[in-house]
Amino acid sequence: MNPGQTAVVIIAGYLGLLLVLGLLSNRFFRGTATDYFLASRGIGSFLLLMSLFGTTMTAFALVGSTGESFKRGIGVYGQMASWSGIIHSACFFLVGIKLWSLGKRHGYVTQIQFFRDRFESDKLGLLLFPVLVGLVVPYLLIGVIGAGTVVSGITRGAFPALFPATGGAVPYALGSGVICLVVLLYVFFGGVRGTAWANAFQTIVFIVLGLVTFLLIAENLGGVRAATQAVIEQNPSRLKRQVAPADEAVYAERLAAAAAEGDVAAVKPAKPVGISQLEFFTYLFIPLSVGMFPHIFQHWLTAKTARSFRLAVVAHPLLIMLVWVPCVLVGVWATQVLGPDTPANQVLPRMVARMTSPVLGGLLTAGILAAIMSSLDSQFLCVGSIFTNDIVGHYLGHDRLSDRSRLYTGRIFVVVIVLVTYLISLNNKLPVFPLGVWTFTGFASLFPLVFAALYWKRATKAGAYAAVLTTAVTWFWLFRDAEWGRNREYHFHGVMPVVVTVLATSVALIIVSLATRPPKAETLSRFFAR
Amino acid sequence: MRKLVYAAIILLALAHQDFWWWNDIHPLVFGFIPVGLAYQALVSILAALLWWAATRYCWPRGVDDDGFATGE
Repeated sequence: MNPGQTAVVIIAGYLGLLLVLGLLSNRFFRGTATDYFLASRGIGSFLLLMSLFGTTMTAFALVGSTGESFKRGIGVYGQMASWSGIIHSACFFLVGIKLWSLGKRHGYVTQIQFFRDRFESDKLGLLLFPVLVGLVVPYLLIGVIGAGTVVSGITRGAFPALFPATGGAVPYALGSGVICLVVLLYVFFGGVRGTAWANAFQTIVFIVLGLVTFLLIAENLGGVRAATQAVIEQNPSRLKRQVAPADEAVYAERLAAAAAEGDVAAVKPAKPVGISQLEFFTYLFIPLSVGMFPHIFQHWLTAKTARSFRLAVVAHPLLIMLVWVPCVLVGVWATQVLGPDTPANQVLPRMVARMTSPVLGGLLTAGILAAIMSSLDSQFLCVGSIFTNDIVGHYLGHDRLSDRSRLYTGRIFVVVIVLVTYLISLNNKLPVFPLGVWTFTGFASLFPLVFAALYWKRATKAGAYAAVLTTAVTWFWLFRDAEWGRNREYHFHGVMPVVVTVLATSVALIIVSLATRPPKAETLSRFFAR
Repeated sequence: MRKLVYAAIILLALAHQDFWWWNDIHPLVFGFIPVGLAYQALVSILAALLWWAATRYCWPRGVDDDGFATGE
């Protein structure tokens, strides 16, 4: 059995285990739509932490962080991870607990139901629906693209006779298709309880295996100290955030040496890349997206009590650190192993394939897939839930759909969404990191809406419309200006596009709200203290 | 206490910018983590501590009883 085949066997075993778990959770299924979408609001502290963490950590966290630190250095941790530690917990604490509370009181299942009630507008849902779903689909793509890339990367040379066109690797389309199918099966049968169980299991798997990967790669590079020392000598700019003239000099010197060696040069040096202070700071807006992710909203509503949030609020920054620090270090160490032209998405799979044994390589790949699938499942389910409860249930069915019909409709939509996402992913293999940043930018832009809905009585229906429309227009305009995400260095006058979209949305919300009639006292009494 | 906890969180967000080791690799913490990365890891640890304090001293009133946020 060659190393690629060993990886395939291990990955298949892992996927089988997940399916068993999904089917087991189905034994606790109560057969109602509320149980399918919200686990009867009975998820405790530990499962809630694992669900929230597993859902927020996608291919973006493992594949994306390693690839981005390979390309741009350690600054990526401060940009994304430590900001997320502060801001995600803020969202759980300031937004999540209140939404859970209101959701329980008024029986909400989706975000759109909450916004419709709070802003006294039935039609608001029709505006929010395409915006939310339009932003979730690229987020789903991140997972599917990550899964297909990882599987094909690790199985290179596995079946040369069967897949000669890919050098023996399991083709991207087959790898991502199988992952989609497994997630679909356990979501279909287990609903949100199935995803919570699977997320808990998968989160533990990817944390443990991520740490093992880190240690094995470090050992292969002569130990952690030697690995970092080599980067200091060859690519020092990757270990800080600013490019100094000395770094340029080291780069020129190494480049000349590599050119002299010609084809025998082991690895060409990486061009120094810095991060500006302003860009670093403005990344703070990106994690605000968590406050508006529809799949996170759905997980919030599954909580048993408000106190169930405590563990998630406190432990989330620590778990982020546990996952991101090793990934960022592996990314910068990889500059000594892989050529600078290596695609960002391929950095982690190639390091795993090169630096570990076939068995461990297979296990570690399973860990990466675990991180990806633990987000995909929640996203598939939430889109199914939005279609079922908001579109079919409310707008088409006028809230007269029976519980059983809602359950079946939800399952049908989950199948459709998985299929559509998979088909789109076949022709759009964009790098994970920029795709993620643009998706997060869209959701973060809507954060002022949810915050105002919870904390500002004066926020009105017209203000809400203005906010959603402003988000849609500014996001689309900037995305187009950034060549549809292809311009990775795109900034708007030196700041992240998210700053522009968040500020524009906030201004539109505030001005239009103040200029229009306040919400009815009766409405406010349902959402605010008397 | 409530205001103190929120003030500390804002202070942490400002300190996140790392005005001290922006362009430094050394000292290497534990001999292999560049100081800029170690500092940000410390920010993550402090975030956990401060959010723990928030759950203890700034818990929203009313959310526990009947599932109704009183919108403080």
